[in-house]
Amino acid sequence: MKILPVGERALLIELEDLESVLGLYAEIEQRRKGGWHHDIVDVVPAARTILLDGISDPDAAATELTGWKRFRAFPTEGPLVELETIYDGDDLHNVAKICNLSPSELIAAHGGVTFMSAFCGFSPGFTYLSGLPDELQVPRLNNPRPSVPAGAVALADEFCAVYPRSSPGGWQIIGHTETSVWDSSKDPPTLLQPGTRVRFVRATS
Amino acid sequence: MREILVLRSGPLTTIQDLGRSGLAHLGVPPSGALDRPALLLGNRLVGNPNDAAVLEVTFSSFSFRALTDCVVAVTGARVQLSLDERQEAWAMPIVMRREQVLEFSLPTAGVRTYVAFNGGIEMSSDLGSRSTDLLSSLGPEPVRDGQVLALGESFGVAPLVDFAPYPEPTDQIRLNLRLGPRENYFTESALVDLATKSWQVSSMSNRIALRLEGPHLTRRDQRELKSEGIVTGSVQVPHDGLPLIFLADHPTTAGYPVIGVVGPDDVAACAQAAPGTRVSFQVIPER
Repeated sequence: MKILPVGERALLIELEDLESVLGLYAEIEQRRKGGWHHDIVDVVPAARTILLDGISDPDAAATELTGWKRFRAFPTEGPLVELETIYDGDDLHNVAKICNLSPSELIAAHGGVTFMSAFCGFSPGFTYLSGLPDELQVPRLNNPRPSVPAGAVALADEFCAVYPRSSPGGWQIIGHTETSVWDSSKDPPTLLQPGTRVRFVRATS
Repeated sequence: MREILVLRSGPLTTIQDLGRSGLAHLGVPPSGALDRPALLLGNRLVGNPNDAAVLEVTFSSFSFRALTDCVVAVTGARVQLSLDERQEAWAMPIVMRREQVLEFSLPTAGVRTYVAFNGGIEMSSDLGSRSTDLLSSLGPEPVRDGQVLALGESFGVAPLVDFAPYPEPTDQIRLNLRLGPRENYFTESALVDLATKSWQVSSMSNRIALRLEGPHLTRRDQRELKSEGIVTGSVQVPHDGLPLIFLADHPTTAGYPVIGVVGPDDVAACAQAAPGTRVSFQVIPER
């Protein structure tokens, strides 16, 4: 664990891998419920880092963090959401080719994964789903699309995601779901809260 | 019903309050008034709580008609104000009677002018705030000519004020910058440039970031950085080497290295830095 300074009131914790991030994130959230640095405004996990923002005494928090010996394991028994998916994405064939699979093999492999909602970023409700096996990992597009429709199911690097709203995007699109994963009038606004398990089920129509 | 009628809104006028803090883990930007001290002063001058919603007028003249008696304060970028063609004071409470028209000129200094009304602007909130977020399309649409805005009930008597101190925007700003978290991604000479050279505010700046033109900061470490959480005031350096300073509508995570972070007071100065303003950094070493 490496702790980097971020301005006057924030810290960036850098970790080895996503698992460590999620474990430490769960630990921080648990301790915050017990009053640990109650003035923290935001805790933002990402692929290899956790940002703590709005702490009045970041140095004290940094010292305490380095003293924590064992972290909680990220809860793996969160609620399960099944997303009915139509595998008709523009990049389906390209992704299958990169993975050395036929499109139907790719669809079967993707549908066989139980993903874990790990963290959000990029735009409201854009949730990085972890658990993508190595053999299904593909790079981002060289040229991002100016507009990706809401509901697009896409892959990039070690993650899968469902575009919560129409936005620009550089992930490879393999399909889409009609289920809305983001509604800012709801609490929580995202269907895929971190800790939620997610499975993609091929639509039977 | 307390209301005002917007007559001339200019190219970009939005409703802003203190924003949506505490939702960054869902990818929701902080948003809110870009010049926070100006929002707070405006609300205080009309007797509102800090989080009442105000108008943020972007580098433009502006006018509205009061459809009710109300108290108004105009803060932020310096403007010439007139109420029914009689001059009124900037950054002071102004008592308006029904049917009177308040107008102001293009700013003589600064970029963003705030108009606070006693009772605040009443508007349904989106994720706990009435702020328009231009990056994420959250909150109300920008304000249009002819739009009627509802005001809340007055919070009571506005304070009696003779003078309200407020920093005057200038044509050059020096920002306190703390190095980190990713200064190691840059060459020694980039760090020297950061502390000794100056940049100019680009006209491409917006509520998301203050973009700078000038010396390019060169990277030592070309490794891709995985996207990581960023704070308001982060100075990020994309591939082209030109630094940008993230403001209220910044994305919650970003994938280019952040060389340093400027403080909250300096973020307000950035919000008022017009294109062409000279920007330099007072570099504070790491804690």
